[in-house]
Amino acid sequence: MTLLLILIVMGAYLGIHTKTFLTSTNIFNVLRAFSWIAISAFGQSMVIIGGGIDLSCGSVMALAGVISAMVLADGGGVTISVIAGLGLGIFLGWVNGVLISRAKLPPFIATLGMMSIARGLCYGLTRGWPVRGLPGAFTYLGQHDVAFLVWKIPLPVIFMIVLAVISFIFLNNTRYGYHIYAVGGNEVSASLAGINVRRIKILIYILSGLFTAIGGILMTARLGVAAPTAALGYELDIIAAAVIGGISLRGGEGSLWGALIGAAIMQVLRNGLVLTGFPAYWQPAAIGAVIILAVMLDQLKKR
Amino acid sequence: MEKTSISLESHESTRDSGVRPILEMKSICKYFGGVHALEDVDFELYPDEILALVGDNGAGKSTLIKVIAGVHPPDRGEIYIEGKKVEIHSPIHARVLGIETVYQELALVETRDVADNFFLGREPTIDRFGIWVDKRKITEMTVNTLKKLAITIPSLKTAVRYLSGGQRQALAVGRAIPWGGKIIIMDEPTAALGVEESAKVLDLLLQLKKQGASIIIISHNLVHVFDVADRIFVLRGGKRVGSKAKHETNGDEIVKMITGAAELL
Repeated sequence: MTLLLILIVMGAYLGIHTKTFLTSTNIFNVLRAFSWIAISAFGQSMVIIGGGIDLSCGSVMALAGVISAMVLADGGGVTISVIAGLGLGIFLGWVNGVLISRAKLPPFIATLGMMSIARGLCYGLTRGWPVRGLPGAFTYLGQHDVAFLVWKIPLPVIFMIVLAVISFIFLNNTRYGYHIYAVGGNEVSASLAGINVRRIKILIYILSGLFTAIGGILMTARLGVAAPTAALGYELDIIAAAVIGGISLRGGEGSLWGALIGAAIMQVLRNGLVLTGFPAYWQPAAIGAVIILAVMLDQLKKR
Repeated sequence: MEKTSISLESHESTRDSGVRPILEMKSICKYFGGVHALEDVDFELYPDEILALVGDNGAGKSTLIKVIAGVHPPDRGEIYIEGKKVEIHSPIHARVLGIETVYQELALVETRDVADNFFLGREPTIDRFGIWVDKRKITEMTVNTLKKLAITIPSLKTAVRYLSGGQRQALAVGRAIPWGGKIIIMDEPTAALGVEESAKVLDLLLQLKKQGASIIIISHNLVHVFDVADRIFVLRGGKRVGSKAKHETNGDEIVKMITGAAELL
């Protein structure tokens, strides 16, 4: 609740002090700009709630886009290219999960390695060149606006909302969700209670890979080009969105809505800094300060 | 030594030889690395009895019950339940066989609330495929069971980490009860409890026995052991020292068996 309040206060401030913030064009631009971060953050949230971390999401996001684009460039249809991108996300997530649950690697190390591997594949497969000339049927996914009442809602935003609802229900109403919370809260207890800890761990990394790939495909469709350098550093934005959203890095706690609001706070902040003419070079420092402040306020309220 | 070890066994077990044990284990061995946690342990639990499992720290008590609970499948040896040979390879499998366990470490998830911990790992579902959790049933069954056991916990929505040690233990004991287990294992169920709460748990054990459950209890508290147990089973250094009917022994003798002084007699 504190977080929602912070977001509303930020929005109100920008609404008063700038002419453009509260226009529907700007709002939807902001929403679209964080939609793929938020979608990947839903998967990341499940990983963190399950007691892990996934550093590979930024690179996997880029690689999913690159793979989809290359399939398209080879003459594959949109459906096949999307399936290829999603399949890649699922596969790399599965590899992460197996490395962590079977080979017993710490999540930080396994996914750090995967982060580098996926980025290397991006460069290697494209030889460093962006894949261009994506067909309209594909860019539609990222660029189309759906008319709803008086608004034109970007398709990625609709994906984000639908996926938020699905993942929320999954975490809170299914046994899988219950077991993810249990494994993250206390792995030994979960296993004594008969929960298949290995399976749950593999599941959360697969979901993170899948959600990240969805985000990567939407991002690529929006930009109309698959750059091997895309989504560089996004893993930190994605993890920050979850943590700002109140998802504890110790695992077992937090809600997916938090991750959605966390992602929104970061993007509104970026947008606000631009609109208010804050010097561009100083922006990262301001964003860092606000991340720390937001989490501190949330912690204070919990006490 | 052969002579003493025979006298360490109660005559009760020979008298009872007509009654088939509900749980019988033969020559159980369990190694961790090079350490022999259990060596050739024979064990039997009879219907409707409360068996106290005692021994010094590191005697192998917890390992023995984890073998029964499916957490540590034995490296060697045989297990029979109601005369039928079984292999218990996981905690779920143990529960299917009718074995419920309260672990010393309680096995609660501190970040989850009371009701969710009550059903940890066996959440009831609305659909046949075991996907959609039946939240109403979870709440109802938790309330009813806790009420029946006279366990008071402030709110079902409280995360376990905010409960006192006694409340946590009561929850861990309480959640082992309503599943109709034939064999109930409790590892130090009174360790974190005050006098009154301990009495409640011991009372509960007697109640469960009346309802036809067979119970294994591990305790360091010999007063509690002599209060509720029918038989006392002693382990030392991973080996069976002996088993005695309560009315055929006394605290001194049990202490001697635990410490090894009995062998010097």
